[in-house]
Amino acid sequence: MRKLKGLAFAIAEAIDQEMAHNERLVVLGEDVTYWGAVFGFTMGLFPKYGRERVVDTPITEQTFMGMAVGAASVGLHPVVSLMFVDFCGAGFDQMFNHMAKNYYMSGGQLPMPVTVITAIGGGYGDAAQHSQVLYGLFAHLPGFKIVVPATAYDAKGLTMRALADPNPVIIFGHKLLTGLPFLPFEGEEEEVPEERYTVELGQAAVRRQGQDLTIVAAGLMVPRSLKAAERLAQEGISAEVIDLRTLVPLDEATLVASARKTGRVLIVDEDYMSYGLSGEVAFRIQAGALRSLKAPIQRLAVPDVPIPFSEPLERAVIPSVERIYEAARSLVGAQALA
Amino acid sequence: MIKPEPSPQDLQYLVAQAGLDADQLRRAYRQLCLIRSFENLIADRYYIGKTPEFNMAAGPIRGEMHLAVGQEAVAVGVCSLLGDGDAVVSTHRPHHHALAKGVEPKKLAAEIFGKASGLCHGKGGHMHLFDAGRHFACSGIVGASFPQAAGAAFAFRKLGQRHVAVAFAGEGAANHGTFAETLNVAGLFQLPLVVVIEDNLYADSTPKWAALSTVHHFQRAQSFNIPSYVVDGMDFIDVYRVAKLVIERARNGMGPALIEAVCYRYRGHFEGDAEEYRTREEVERWQALDPIPRLGERLKTLGWADEAMLNRLRDEAQQEAEAAIQFAESSPLPEPQEALMGVFQ
Repeated sequence: MRKLKGLAFAIAEAIDQEMAHNERLVVLGEDVTYWGAVFGFTMGLFPKYGRERVVDTPITEQTFMGMAVGAASVGLHPVVSLMFVDFCGAGFDQMFNHMAKNYYMSGGQLPMPVTVITAIGGGYGDAAQHSQVLYGLFAHLPGFKIVVPATAYDAKGLTMRALADPNPVIIFGHKLLTGLPFLPFEGEEEEVPEERYTVELGQAAVRRQGQDLTIVAAGLMVPRSLKAAERLAQEGISAEVIDLRTLVPLDEATLVASARKTGRVLIVDEDYMSYGLSGEVAFRIQAGALRSLKAPIQRLAVPDVPIPFSEPLERAVIPSVERIYEAARSLVGAQALA
Repeated sequence: MIKPEPSPQDLQYLVAQAGLDADQLRRAYRQLCLIRSFENLIADRYYIGKTPEFNMAAGPIRGEMHLAVGQEAVAVGVCSLLGDGDAVVSTHRPHHHALAKGVEPKKLAAEIFGKASGLCHGKGGHMHLFDAGRHFACSGIVGASFPQAAGAAFAFRKLGQRHVAVAFAGEGAANHGTFAETLNVAGLFQLPLVVVIEDNLYADSTPKWAALSTVHHFQRAQSFNIPSYVVDGMDFIDVYRVAKLVIERARNGMGPALIEAVCYRYRGHFEGDAEEYRTREEVERWQALDPIPRLGERLKTLGWADEAMLNRLRDEAQQEAEAAIQFAESSPLPEPQEALMGVFQ
């Protein structure tokens, strides 16, 4: 089996293989032809399918998101690139008031097969308006399925699955996992099948088995948590690492089972701290595993400040391997609950 | 009135030029009457439980209510040229477009009453009406209709279907970024899209002189290389003539168009509107141009109907609207647990 480096080519390959099978798939967005949607998610599609099916749009998020809504209503399956998730503000009304709601509001009449693919995350000095992840914002709104792949294998399989879904699915690809030459890469080369396959939504992956604590993460926080777990292992602390893979639907069963086993949970999130993923996951875990918890659930996330530009400042807010390691260590040392 | 009333001879010429026959014109008259009756009956039922103290949550129809009395000719003039396969995306003021597009009055009324038998089983309501079979949708968000209709037009082209999409919007929505953005995309891709600006002079309470840097909209679309027309939105024949031209062109791959239909709403922006922003005299001046008697007089001038026939068409329309309201009133409400179903397919 061939090896792939990063999410970008895996996602682009999934779209390509589905486009070959499904004529209703049309790619829309800014710079989706020559530049492969900048972060590579549509690379290679333009030479193969041309402008008929790979359509550069003007810089008009609200209009191309609205076009996706209208096109999906009458039989296309638009694959829409939102270049940076930070740009969602410009297209948000069409996304949350229409794309996410029209199926429900129409009493099940209007189909809404739309796949949105967007680049997320910081760690490379792009500052407050180009470094956010914001998946919590979308996961909060009923009507979106939320996919956050951490590996190339998942990226391809989850994208394949999204492209077969009759509902709006948003795929959040982390820039530091894309594997593109102009960005740091924190993932690993891995084997990815060339043939078509799907990864089911709503199934978290236990990336590392452990006994002493559970680290819950998504996206870039998964490889960082795995690196922290290796360091912990050198000190005799056995950390289990769970990759959520999808936030909606959320695999509560795997989370609860792991929390029951280890009794200690650290949630690591690159989104803002308050009213987001970390609080939601903590709530679900305590609801299902309260009596097994040996210590209060802990979390690391961006501490409710915009992502700052300067390197030491940026490092201070986005959870790092070092800080995950420290938080895990202090959690394992924490006093048991009375 | 933006154009002089045609002489009997010119009227025959105009009607022939538009390709309208007696039957079509009588049907249009009945449609105008159906919408008028429907809207008046909704208004009547809306105030049940809301007088003497106006409480939006009280009575059989809850929430806001935006009625289109006075604007019927725009909807009928455009939609009578569309088939079920053509798409219409409407606005927060959607009933006239829905009825003109062929949405079943009973299901429409039942949705407005929040009943299980409604178009959307009570999940949408007056501002969120959908009929997939007739490709009718609307949105309560001002300016949202433009890109969605453009998307439907884009899809029709990709799928090789000869359908067209129509975006209705008020003149207030034409100040939204989606208006300019969509015209750019429609002109660029030569989409089979017709944008209809229903200019009723007021965006909510704001007169257009206070919100627009220009009186008109047609020249704004021309700057995107889109053919544009101003029509008398209180005149079915005038709307129809132009709509026919641009819809046929769009259907034949000749690209988008804009129709600016100057019209007037007789009722407030929403029911309960105190209308401080305009005078009774202004409303009455526009009522003198009412599209229903105007078309009725012309039918008589053409010798295509007499007073008795007009009365019969009006009565039929009234009865159809009443039957729709009765259907809605007698339908059951949805079961509460339905609220938790149907977020995903």
